[in-house]
Amino acid sequence: MAITPNPYKTTGALGWIDDRFPLTKMWKEHLSEYYAPKNFNFWYFFGSLALLVLVNQLLTGIFLTMHYKPGAETAFDSVEYIMRDVPWGNVIRYMHSTGASAFFVVVFLHMFRGLMYGSYQKPRELIWVFGALIFLVLMAEAFCGYVLPWGNMSYWGAAVIINLFGTIPFIGPDLVTWIQGDFVPSDATLNRLFSIHVIALPFVLVGLVVAHILALHEVGSNNPDGVEIKKKKDPATGIPLDGIPFHPYYTVKDMVGVAGFLIIFCAVLFFMPDGGGYFLEAPNFTPASQTNTPEHITPAWYFGTYYAMLRATPSFAGTQIWGVIVMGAAVVILFFVPWLDRSKVKSIRYKGALSKIALTIFAINFVILNYYGLQPPSDTVQLISQIGTILYFAFFLLMPWYSKIDKTKPVPERVTE
Amino acid sequence: MSNEGVDGNRRRFLTTATSVVGAAGAAAVAWPFLASLKPSARAKALGAPVIADLSTLEPGMRATYLWRGQPIWVVRRTPEMLAGLDKVTGDLVDPESKVAQQPKYITDKSRALKPEYMVMKGVCTHLGCSPILRTDHPAPEIAANWQGGFFCPCHGSKFDLAGRVYKGVPAPTNIVVPPHRYETDTVVVIGEDPKTA
Repeated sequence: MAITPNPYKTTGALGWIDDRFPLTKMWKEHLSEYYAPKNFNFWYFFGSLALLVLVNQLLTGIFLTMHYKPGAETAFDSVEYIMRDVPWGNVIRYMHSTGASAFFVVVFLHMFRGLMYGSYQKPRELIWVFGALIFLVLMAEAFCGYVLPWGNMSYWGAAVIINLFGTIPFIGPDLVTWIQGDFVPSDATLNRLFSIHVIALPFVLVGLVVAHILALHEVGSNNPDGVEIKKKKDPATGIPLDGIPFHPYYTVKDMVGVAGFLIIFCAVLFFMPDGGGYFLEAPNFTPASQTNTPEHITPAWYFGTYYAMLRATPSFAGTQIWGVIVMGAAVVILFFVPWLDRSKVKSIRYKGALSKIALTIFAINFVILNYYGLQPPSDTVQLISQIGTILYFAFFLLMPWYSKIDKTKPVPERVTE
Repeated sequence: MSNEGVDGNRRRFLTTATSVVGAAGAAAVAWPFLASLKPSARAKALGAPVIADLSTLEPGMRATYLWRGQPIWVVRRTPEMLAGLDKVTGDLVDPESKVAQQPKYITDKSRALKPEYMVMKGVCTHLGCSPILRTDHPAPEIAANWQGGFFCPCHGSKFDLAGRVYKGVPAPTNIVVPPHRYETDTVVVIGEDPKTA
């Protein structure tokens, strides 16, 4: 049977493949003929950096799994075995643990970029929604991974997070038992979290990343000016006048970002792999103990903001579910941002003072909350966390109002330099 | 193949019937997977009672036992500690222990079968951390009126030496008292109700 020749007129081995598989088609669509705005600044590094860190996590994870032994009796010792006896095992483990923290750093900055330039606005709502889902899955993935060394912080972290489900009225306690597979966090719990960490969630995560990028490439990238480059095309070629092919322009530019990132990443990896006690906490270097909660228990640093909100909410009407609801709502509210922003313009460059002040307060407040989420509980910490929680929600809930009445500046026709 | 004379109703019926049977099958297949996550027979078997000998426990000290994988504390309360319980009642959510966080046969306000020995789960009722015993007082950094008790390092919940929860903290209820009975004056069986009760 004759094959219809591919439209790219490729020959030889590539032609043989292109007749059967859309290789050249995909290469062009997503790289060499994907036209991105020419005015990307350094904020646009963090998407590709997130991809780099994802590859790092998958690769180091595969090798760690070759030596790690899940199970309450074996997990802690096998991690120590990796650290001490496996050739270069400590470096691979530190790459994985530092990578987890780096993942959240680049994702937080990536999300901030989206907020700053209105990258969630029509027609990019689904890109943002997929991104928020990635963030959610990433948090679950990080939690499961945090438990695997079965140190004392792992154990009590697992106890606290799983007990969050116990706050659900009526079914809570049974639900906790079902999740744990036991009456306390135990061998069964550790093994199922291992399974979720190495199989279930990575699949979901990679799938969502593909969806995130496909949605992006369907509508095209936003840019710091928030100008739709597809509105001004070269009549002869149909290529956006302000667009440049992703490859080679942005592949090369992103390499600069990668180099800068790797300098910082390697500095942490080689000189302070525990991140000053924030990336790997001291209590987690002692085995899990069912009778002793660490004196000062905190989640991993990247959960600080949400943990502060959990702690800030007092129990009410005989249940402590409110803190869990507040914490959950703080993540869920992200999904609604595309519909909360009523501004006529996308980018912060052309938004008015109200939006600028709101975003600045939000960013500073996010960092402050994160800090206080990691401090030992006290009345001061409680009060600051409560104010911070209110500010966090005010940024989103008041957005329909302040983004609408805010005085915007005229947006240029073409992107600026 | 000819599309003439297609019986639309018959086709719709067959599609619906197949979908319904398929959905039922999918639900049936999901069951073993969901059920496999429940505690195994081995996990259930590890709930046997624990026998604790308190004869060597000094006044004011605490011993920790493990029952069903959870810490169980026995605090030997001094007369001064017991007197302190009355001084904090105004700061507590449920000083009379009205919420059933203890077996029915424990009716004393000190929440113990014998006031001297407080038997309780070492688990915070907020999110399951194990609070820290702080007998030193006054301790203004914990509470203005602190007579000794338990402080949870996770989220700052506070309990007195009877495990009664303070107001304005995340934990909603008093600490759980497990079922227990005294075999002799100083030997307690944790996990079993008194035989007469």
